[in-house]
Amino acid sequence: MSIPVGHYQYDPIDRDFLQARIAEFEGQVQRRLDGTLSEDEFKPLRLMNGLYLQLHAYMLRVAIPYGILDSRQLRKLGEIARRYDRDYGHFTTRQNIQFNWIRLEDTPAILRELAEVDMHAIQTSGNCIRNVTADEYAGAAADELVDPRVHAEILRQWSTLHPEFTFLPRKFKIAISGSPNDRVAARFHDIGILARPGADGAPVFRIFVGGGLGRTPIIGEELFDSVREEHLLATLEAILRVYNARGRRDNIYKARIKILVQAIGVEAYREAVEAELAQMDLERYRLTPEAVAAIRSRFAVPQLEAPADADAVLAQQRRDDPLFDRWVRSNTHVHRDPGHIIATVSLKPAGGIPGDATSAQIARLADLADAYSFGEIRITHLQNVVLGHVRKDRLRDLWLGLSEVGLAEANIGLIGDIVACPGLDYCALANARSIPIAQKLGARFADTALQAEIGALRINISGCINACGHHHAGHIGLLGVDKRGEEFFQLTVGGRAENGAAIGTILGAALPEDETVDAIARLVDCYLGRRESGETFLDTLTRLGHEPFREAAYETV
Amino acid sequence: MKLFELGERTAQVHDVLVTLAELAERDDARAVLLESADDPALLKPYLNRLDLVVLRFPGFRDGRGFTQARELREYLRFSGEIRAEGHILPDQAAFLRRCGVDSVVLPKDGNGDPALWEKQLRQFPVAYQRSVLPERSVGPGLRVEEVS
Ligand code: HEM
Ligand code: SF4
Repeated sequence: MSIPVGHYQYDPIDRDFLQARIAEFEGQVQRRLDGTLSEDEFKPLRLMNGLYLQLHAYMLRVAIPYGILDSRQLRKLGEIARRYDRDYGHFTTRQNIQFNWIRLEDTPAILRELAEVDMHAIQTSGNCIRNVTADEYAGAAADELVDPRVHAEILRQWSTLHPEFTFLPRKFKIAISGSPNDRVAARFHDIGILARPGADGAPVFRIFVGGGLGRTPIIGEELFDSVREEHLLATLEAILRVYNARGRRDNIYKARIKILVQAIGVEAYREAVEAELAQMDLERYRLTPEAVAAIRSRFAVPQLEAPADADAVLAQQRRDDPLFDRWVRSNTHVHRDPGHIIATVSLKPAGGIPGDATSAQIARLADLADAYSFGEIRITHLQNVVLGHVRKDRLRDLWLGLSEVGLAEANIGLIGDIVACPGLDYCALANARSIPIAQKLGARFADTALQAEIGALRINISGCINACGHHHAGHIGLLGVDKRGEEFFQLTVGGRAENGAAIGTILGAALPEDETVDAIARLVDCYLGRRESGETFLDTLTRLGHEPFREAAYETV
Repeated sequence: MKLFELGERTAQVHDVLVTLAELAERDDARAVLLESADDPALLKPYLNRLDLVVLRFPGFRDGRGFTQARELREYLRFSGEIRAEGHILPDQAAFLRRCGVDSVVLPKDGNGDPALWEKQLRQFPVAYQRSVLPERSVGPGLRVEEVS
């Protein structure tokens, strides 16, 4: 079997490990059924293996480490959707996939099927180090300094069943990027890591700590500017050791690392980490160049060969076909190789459910990945899919193939590219339904020409204060609130997760569900009417301040 | 009280078990009980005379004991016995052992079946990160197995 492009290739020992993990989980299910494990004891154990109990059924969250999978794995996910779920899967903002209608007794079988293709649900939930996320354009983007995937894989391995950090005060999310353009929301993670090349060829890492969304949104603070590769794991161990020992355990709403960092201050946190490092046997924790090279050698590199006229062919096709041209403009990104391009497949059809894909679409994506992108697929933190290495002269064929299964929506980064949490349709904690409002907004702005005219604008929707839909980080954010049993939405504007991360500010009183879409349309009209040439929504908002937008949103007709 | 040994060190029974606060007063104490909020560094002056440190887990989800055990082994170079007691699960056996814990007080309910603890210790052939135990690489990369 050839090595898949894009992610670490398992060997027999890794596969034995997965089987052992499944056997362990099966034993835990058995002990729950025979009563030796109480429900309180079983719950954290099943969560650590990705199994949630939602409103109506179990949900299984499958890990897609650093968001990358191969076509064989994607096909398997499609089969699982068909056989064990209601024929669809939901891609999440943490680059994973969720199956929403799972039966407890099917889970060991599903886990075994996943293991056939080297996949699992390990640490996709629970108070442990969660599946590590990375830049969706890793190893492909022209603007990248360091390919973060090798180190993302190192972090995946290091954090897997970590003996010390599996019973943390709260969940712990790490993201890593190697581009100056932050595409991982590094400063909204418990630990955000930005890699750049060091003087000796090995990368160095800038480390942010204590970011997060949820009910207390906080932008992560820089802990270290330049951690050397050999000390990466030691530094992470030290950060987590301080958190594990001192993070609050009396109140789950105050248990994230961000609360500890805020309580003692980032300087004190840094001193505490340095005190750990001073006592640690650094040799023991050293990440050696040999270990890094060994892991790197298990990643296949795509052979990027394109005809000399690939660029010219694409340019001509764009001139000939304005619809295709519009899609290229919104849904592609510059590749490091001039004959190739990065294509993003939108899972946000107008009026559809953000991030959902049917088993037929999943299977088709796998075929298209084989045909056009070395069999490699990436899931983005905005719930879309990326084919990372498409030859420019073949891009139009890919687009035609996507059109056949309703996946050629030209709206990446535009107002239709909405991020929404599961909300009250699935989630027991919800105040409001996130999905229907996302669908209504998608339908309202369905016209892709209008979307292109509006330009860069991100809408994020959360059904409650837990902020799974990242509403704080949306250019326009919607937060579901409950007012005497009615669904209302609170609007925020000015959030961003990209460079210059910011938390959105509340525009005013929450609006009833049926007035929210109109209010957002007025916000957008306000921007369109008042923008100066070349300005994005955020630019105009920054220049004019909130007041005109507040007036527009609350103007009653 | 039923003890289960996670490793090679034989579990010792001590008649006198004191708290961290009592340790200074009791010259005869060879065993101390740490609550999960206690800082193991405070044991430094007494390490030479201590044979046993008991870590109490108030609930199995409270993972502070794992860090306490590692601090005792890695920073304080404690070479006596470390024991875990309280609400612990067999599912944690290998984690405890890899952090330097030698023995556990078996829970009195269904989680106290020694066969479950035994099985869990042997559940995983390899690990993906270093621990306090003697280990050798089974690369590629970070993977290790214990040297017995
Ligand atoms: C329906 C089941 C779900 C439940 C019960 C749930 C519960 C929660 C809770 C309680 C928090 C707040 C945690 C804290 O701040 O300490 C949270 C945050 C979060 N969840 Fe969910 N969630 C669910 C689904 C999802 C889904 C489907 C996604 C991805 C699309 C997701 C992604 C996130 C993210 C990214 C955060 C916030 C950011 C952060 O960690 O700081 N969650 N969730
Ligand atoms: S934000 Fe609230 S409603 Fe949405 S998934 Fe998270 S917990 Fe559920």
